Amino acid sequence: MRNATGPSPLLTAVLLAPGALWFLGLLVLPLGVVIVFSFGERAAVGGYQAAFVLDNYLNLPARWTAFKNTLVLAPIGTVVCLIAAYPLAYFLAVKARPETRTALLILVIVPFWTSFLIRTYAWMFILGGRGLPSLIEWAGLGEVRFINTPFAVLLGIVYAYLPLMIFPIYVSLEKLDKRLLEASEDLGASPWRGFMQVTLPLSAPGAVTACMLVFILLMGEYLIPQLLGGGKVFFIGNALVDLFLQSRNWPFGSAVAVSLVVIMLATVSVYMRFAGRIGGARDVSLV
Amino acid sequence: MTAHGAANGTADIEFIDVSKHFGAIAAVDHVDFAIARGSFMSFLGPSGCGKTTSLRLIAGFEQPTTGDVRIAGTSMVGVPAYRRPVNMVFQHYALFPHFNVADNIAYGLRQRRPRPDRAEIARQVDATLDLVRLPGFHARRVWELSGGQQQRVALARALINRPTVLLLDEPLAALDRKLRRDMQIELQNLQREVGITFVLVTHDQEEALSMSDTIAIMRDGRVIQIGSPRTLYDAPANRYVAGFVGESNFFPGEVVAADERGATLKTAAGVVLSAPYPPGGATLVGTARGVIAVRPEMVAMWVGPDDPDGAAEFSCRLGGRVHNRIYLGDQTEYSVATDQFGDVLVRAAKASALEIGPGQEVRLGWRQASGLALVDS
Ligand SMILES: Nc1ncnc2c1ncn2[C@@H]1O[C@H](COP(=O)(O)OP(=O)(O)OP(=O)(O)O)[C@@H](O)[C@H]1O
Ligand SMILES: [Mg+2]
Repeated sequence: MRNATGPSPLLTAVLLAPGALWFLGLLVLPLGVVIVFSFGERAAVGGYQAAFVLDNYLNLPARWTAFKNTLVLAPIGTVVCLIAAYPLAYFLAVKARPETRTALLILVIVPFWTSFLIRTYAWMFILGGRGLPSLIEWAGLGEVRFINTPFAVLLGIVYAYLPLMIFPIYVSLEKLDKRLLEASEDLGASPWRGFMQVTLPLSAPGAVTACMLVFILLMGEYLIPQLLGGGKVFFIGNALVDLFLQSRNWPFGSAVAVSLVVIMLATVSVYMRFAGRIGGARDVSLV
Repeated sequence: MTAHGAANGTADIEFIDVSKHFGAIAAVDHVDFAIARGSFMSFLGPSGCGKTTSLRLIAGFEQPTTGDVRIAGTSMVGVPAYRRPVNMVFQHYALFPHFNVADNIAYGLRQRRPRPDRAEIARQVDATLDLVRLPGFHARRVWELSGGQQQRVALARALINRPTVLLLDEPLAALDRKLRRDMQIELQNLQREVGITFVLVTHDQEEALSMSDTIAIMRDGRVIQIGSPRTLYDAPANRYVAGFVGESNFFPGEVVAADERGATLKTAAGVVLSAPYPPGGATLVGTARGVIAVRPEMVAMWVGPDDPDGAAEFSCRLGGRVHNRIYLGDQTEYSVATDQFGDVLVRAAKASALEIGPGQEVRLGWRQASGLALVDS
């Protein structure tokens, strides 16, 4: 990339140094440590004791539920988010009048003005015994339980990650040239077919990016299953906290963490290959 | 200003008292015209006069506020764009970036029900690419093409549908002069080959004059005059049209005498000039002010006190000083400063051009009959 008029190697190095050091010190190094730990043994008092054994990996099935919950709820959460976000983003970018658009966009961001923790606590109360279920019971519609179910976790996930899904899709729809839709209609395509053949493929890169963003974050989610799953519906993140802080089995925790990273890399690369093929995804710049 | 064709059933497109308002703006204001089947029609006018809006009313992207738009005799009010037998070449082409050239061109055919089979689509795409002289461009991505190539893809994408009417919104505006000239010729040839009605929007008068059978001159949402390039040039309805089609010297003044054939004006500098009306032009009888237009090529220019042969017939003779000279290839254009009229444009054929340069004292003259007495608006 560098040519005769480009910046000097020294300048390039200086500019890259802070980011590079940050990544080395806070990502690569700890990851290395975790990988090393994952082959070690638990010391008698907890923590790490140097060794080279595969026991931790062989033990992974013991945490099968955490893996299963994560691997089921993260993709479902992503898809539900996508299904909910696309029409919203479409409305904001295409249908909303310019005067109301800004106001609506702000409304999408408003939840961020309150701490995520507080909002999730609010859901705890809404879904808890004295919240919605008591209302439903009072209305004579039978006895239901929301809190500590997969449904509650899913609801929390979709609620929390919806804005993150909306914005990349909104941006790709917003920059779509409206004249292309006129051209489509001019050539005999009904508005619906125009949407399917022009709008959808051209906004796909935004949707692909958004899905990946949300999916990666969901795989590492901890707080929502903790509060709304109440120890019954837990993710790998919760298992990790438990292993490192409660049972102090660092090597086993490390093995779980490494597996999570490997699973994530594998899913994302398969996803990217698949997404690249739905066309139009040529300017997806994530990963 | 109702035109030919409306009555005899050969009109392809008709506007019947069409207006289109955007809020308080009347983008198209009580417009009537008819475009004959298979002809080449241009809308010419300055920016914002309603040309694009007129085209969009035909295409179906806008609905008229009042009046009726008809295509092939059928009212199109309420008919959506995708059900109209017209296709448009957009100003900036609007090619689909996620399709290659062949898929762009095939788009229209793929919307047909029943859908033509693959082989048929491929055959027509080939034929259309040949027609626009882009053979073998099938797999190219549209953003890799040059402006002229994109323009031809846009043309092919519209033509493959064999519309009865092709709408072109300043399709050549983004091209350089040479390419534009080539494309103008290609468009004209194409129009003769495929025999469909072309409606072109432009603000380039040369383009309109050289390509069209009929030109509509627009201003502020209204059609001022419709006619052949020749009619507009020889018999402009008023000063505005004369100024838009070709160049003219305008000498405005008070009407001192007017009859059925011509008028006599007195200019601000006190010069009295006479000229006939253009064929079919409005009379200035009963009008306070008018203008006399004289085309630059109608003004004779000579050096020295001796009048050349025939100068005796000149109704107007005056002296001036050349202050600018522009070579136009086969002609030379002079700008001559005069006391009576300010700058007068003179255009002389190259052959007759003795070496007259800036600073030269010259004499000018023209026949009364070569001027046109026009409504000053
Ligand atoms: N969608 C719209 N909303 C509001 N006003 C509009 C709209 N479309 C056009 N106008 C107005 O209508 C008038 C005519 O516009 P139009 O686009 O037809 O002009 P035009 O003759 O094509 O000009 P140009 O040569 O610059 O393309 C302008 O004053 C324009 O501002
Ligand atoms: Mg326009």
